[in-house]
Amino acid sequence: MARFGYVGVLLFVLAGCLWLEVVLRTRVLIRWRRLMLSWILPVALFIAWDVYAISQGHWWFDPDRILGWHLPGDVPVDELLFFLVIPLASILTIEAVRSVRGWSCGDETADPGGAP
Amino acid sequence: MTYTQLAILSVLAVVAVDLWLLRTRMVLRRVFWASYAIIFVFQLISNGMFTGFGIVRYDGDAIIGGTSPSSGPPPFIGDGRLAFAPVEDLLFGFALILLSISEWIWLGRRGIQRTPVSGPPIWRTKASGLDQEGRTKASGPDQEGRTKPEP
Repeated sequence: MARFGYVGVLLFVLAGCLWLEVVLRTRVLIRWRRLMLSWILPVALFIAWDVYAISQGHWWFDPDRILGWHLPGDVPVDELLFFLVIPLASILTIEAVRSVRGWSCGDETADPGGAP
Repeated sequence: MTYTQLAILSVLAVVAVDLWLLRTRMVLRRVFWASYAIIFVFQLISNGMFTGFGIVRYDGDAIIGGTSPSSGPPPFIGDGRLAFAPVEDLLFGFALILLSISEWIWLGRRGIQRTPVSGPPIWRTKASGLDQEGRTKASGPDQEGRTKPEP
């Protein structure tokens, strides 16, 4: 069971935020294409950082508390899940605040000055 | 580079992305800081679990504080740590969170699944559903109220 230690923390985070989709109607999961595109930059950049940090010995993982599968660069699969869960939790939170308070996030209308 | 240097650099880089590359300007918005205040609490708890249980450990040469002990938890506070985790983790998390939110909002600005918009919370629908039970249910204001909750 110890090998689910890392994933257990992620489950705690998911338990803390997924209910927002139902109770505050954040409509993040239903916009799954936008969600999947939102994952691209964070996953790519932070996995790259992870590969570097692991190679330099900045941080390491208790082999007994992770699933035990690794990506190229010796990155535990658990870390990839982290870089999916945290962006999702962040997006759910900001959409939850928007749902309750109605504050502008800047994407309410078409971007007038976005691309030249 | 050390984790400390990279963590500071990543925050500066992501703020630059938010302000000038994607131009989402989340760091200038109240909605972002209110959200981050909520996330911050969970950040401390989850970072604390990762480090307090020894799931992730750090090299003292890469962070402000010392190397994580090989058995038992690191200091709860002090030695460059807060809730067991190196303070660098807070910057790392901030960069990850801001980048994710900025990209999500940027995609919305580009017209990618801008709708259905979030809200209203279920309790508000219930209230308005009771108010408008019957005849006015499908009228215009209900639709608008849904897409733009009151401030």
